[in-house]
Amino acid sequence: MNLLEITNLHASIEEDGHEILKGIDLVIRPGEVHALMGPNGSGKSTLAHVLSGRPGYVVTQGSARFLGMDLLAMPAEMRAREGIFLAFQYPVEIPGVSNTYFLRTAVNTVRKHRGQPELDAIDFLALLDEKAKLVEMEETLLNRSVNEGFSGGEKKRNEVLQMAVLDPKLAILDETDSGLDIDALRVAASGVNALRDGARGMLVITHYQRLLDYIIPDFVHVLSDGKIVKSGDKNLAKELEAKGYSWIEKEPPATASAVAGAAAR
Amino acid sequence: MSDAVLDTLTRQEYPHGFVTDIDTDVIPAGLSEDVVRLISNKKGEPEWLLDWRLKAYRHWLTMVEPKWARVTYPPIDYQKIVYYAAPRSSKEGAPKSLADVEPELLAMYEKLGVPLKEREILAGVAVDAVIDSVSVATTFKEKLASVGIIFCSFSEAVREHPDLVKKYLGSVVPSSDNFFAALNSAVFSDGSFCFIPKGVRCPMELSTYFRINQADTGQFERTLIVAEQGAVVSYLEGCTAPKRDTNQLHAAVVELVALDDAQIKYSTVQNWYPGDREGKGGIYNFVTKRGKCAGRNSRISWTQVETGSAITWKYPSCILLGDGSVGAFYSVALTNNYQQADTGTKMIHIGKNTRSTIVSKGISAGHGQNTYRGAVTIMKNAEGARNYSQCDSLLIGDQCGAHTFPYIEVKNSSATLEHEASTSKIGEDQLFYCRQRGLSAEDAVSLIVNGFAKRVLKELPMEFAVEAQKLLGVSLEGSVG
Ligand SMILES: Nc1ncnc2c1ncn2[C@@H]1O[C@H](COP(=O)(O)OP(=O)(O)O)[C@@H](O)[C@H]1O
Ligand SMILES: [Mg+2]
Repeated sequence: MNLLEITNLHASIEEDGHEILKGIDLVIRPGEVHALMGPNGSGKSTLAHVLSGRPGYVVTQGSARFLGMDLLAMPAEMRAREGIFLAFQYPVEIPGVSNTYFLRTAVNTVRKHRGQPELDAIDFLALLDEKAKLVEMEETLLNRSVNEGFSGGEKKRNEVLQMAVLDPKLAILDETDSGLDIDALRVAASGVNALRDGARGMLVITHYQRLLDYIIPDFVHVLSDGKIVKSGDKNLAKELEAKGYSWIEKEPPATASAVAGAAAR
Repeated sequence: MSDAVLDTLTRQEYPHGFVTDIDTDVIPAGLSEDVVRLISNKKGEPEWLLDWRLKAYRHWLTMVEPKWARVTYPPIDYQKIVYYAAPRSSKEGAPKSLADVEPELLAMYEKLGVPLKEREILAGVAVDAVIDSVSVATTFKEKLASVGIIFCSFSEAVREHPDLVKKYLGSVVPSSDNFFAALNSAVFSDGSFCFIPKGVRCPMELSTYFRINQADTGQFERTLIVAEQGAVVSYLEGCTAPKRDTNQLHAAVVELVALDDAQIKYSTVQNWYPGDREGKGGIYNFVTKRGKCAGRNSRISWTQVETGSAITWKYPSCILLGDGSVGAFYSVALTNNYQQADTGTKMIHIGKNTRSTIVSKGISAGHGQNTYRGAVTIMKNAEGARNYSQCDSLLIGDQCGAHTFPYIEVKNSSATLEHEASTSKIGEDQLFYCRQRGLSAEDAVSLIVNGFAKRVLKELPMEFAVEAQKLLGVSLEGSVG
């Protein structure tokens, strides 16, 4: 079964009715890593938010199915419990709540949903310890409040850590590379690569080709003005890097949608 | 916040809102000198106490209700209130032992989760249980008495330890202090009395559990805690009331006295019935709490978690008289629906090198209005006084309000004062972040609020911190929308 199947998805901002996604088609099968590229403002984060159930958007047309379930009918927390994980472009701070406590609460909520026994403090710490090594996370950060006072790089690594601990079926990474220096980028990317296991699907959103030197995608899609205008393999990313987004934006729309349709299979 | 989130939330009812059917001795509503005499007579009080009450009553008649707090309510008709109600069995004073307590009462406390059976669960806590106007049971009295600690109902203290009561009653909050304190002084019915003698460290938490059961009844309890030289005590009070659509008045007075090197830690988890979602009913919680650090290097700390009551008017304060004495006020006040709270503290620095800390966390949701009102006064001779104040407000939704009124008066230039304040909003993004990790919206709000209040919650005794955390969550259910 397809992991994710998006068909002709249109979505607008709830407040002003402004349409951001203008007909997205995309299929992700188990184990596949898809890169989603595109200029700022093209709707990448919006797609991530709509898929993960962030309030504030309305889907006006189309559908999104996750393992056959009607994703759009599920509240955000149910999507998370069923295995959708979003690594935020801008991770949020929660003062006074320890990172460890937060993550344990999340893990146990998800485990409960899956009918698994909750992890006690000792088992959880063992799991956390193992995963923290994956992203080279210092212990002090685990005891601090969620993201409070974290550097940009620490926040992004924390997102990857959460992903590793929560073990999702589909991970959406929204610009996990932005704001990272090359070392931090390498650490984050190797954390992500360690989670590629032939079953987990990934949608890696990035503005730059750079990340894709470390996380080699199976497919690359280019989003422009709310539509996937070009799809291809990893070489598409390189081509984009060389020619810039203006190259895509100048493509005649008819050709673009034909390519997108092909990508949707 | 979006309707989608609102729709996923359910609303939890106030869990303590039941009424217990017990045979109660109730006097007719209304207040007069005769009523004051009747109360005093029912309690078999000595003449001096009746005189003290009457003096307070006559003074009260000359006073007007304070109007400076940022709360609004229709005028209170003091003649419509019942000033004395007692479970029938305890008419002749408190029962001698638990065996004498009515089974209905025991069942009620059982339902409220208050341990009157000196049993395993909270074996480290001694409880005085006060219902309406009287104390019905006090646990662990003998054990405490063996180290010289007196822990009993106020009425019993008047009978058994009149000299101590006479010495300290009104020594911190004079009967003429304010409108509600004067009213309390005239008609107070019962409460708890604790006396920790010189050099004794109280071996367990002391607590009083207040319960209003009877309709139209005011509760006017008095608590007096005295810690002699070097004594240490931690005391906790909890309170609940049935759900009723009329308002009920609760005007308590608490006095604390700490002598040289003594320490009193007073914690409150206030969960009086807050009224319904439309603001109908609920308790008016108009309380005067004050501690006197009378001795050198004495310490008094107030920790309060205020989640209940329709209106809260309360300023637990410290008079820092002894040189080197230390006062603290840690507060979480939560207002949801139409609740109003005007709460804070006064730190009055009189002695040299006195220190005070104020940490106030206000949480407003629904149409709740939350005011922090605090005063730090440094008197002329308070050489080297220091104060640190932190007042943070958290807003949930956009129809609630948070207000901060910090007053400072400094008459000694060697004082050091630090003040921090912040107002933040539980954002859609914080909520979504938690939900994206699998937490329900309610759990997310509860988590965020508990994180916000952490600095205060960690001041509570362990068992109660857990209760308080749950209470914050429950009090906010239905608030995200
Ligand atoms: N909540 C919102 N309210 C108003 N406009 C929004 C909101 N979210 C996104 N937008 C607008 O939608 C467009 C796409 O934004 P976004 O999805 O963040 O793009 P990207 O992630 O590709 O940079 C932008 O024009 C942005 O301003
Ligand atoms: Mg973005």
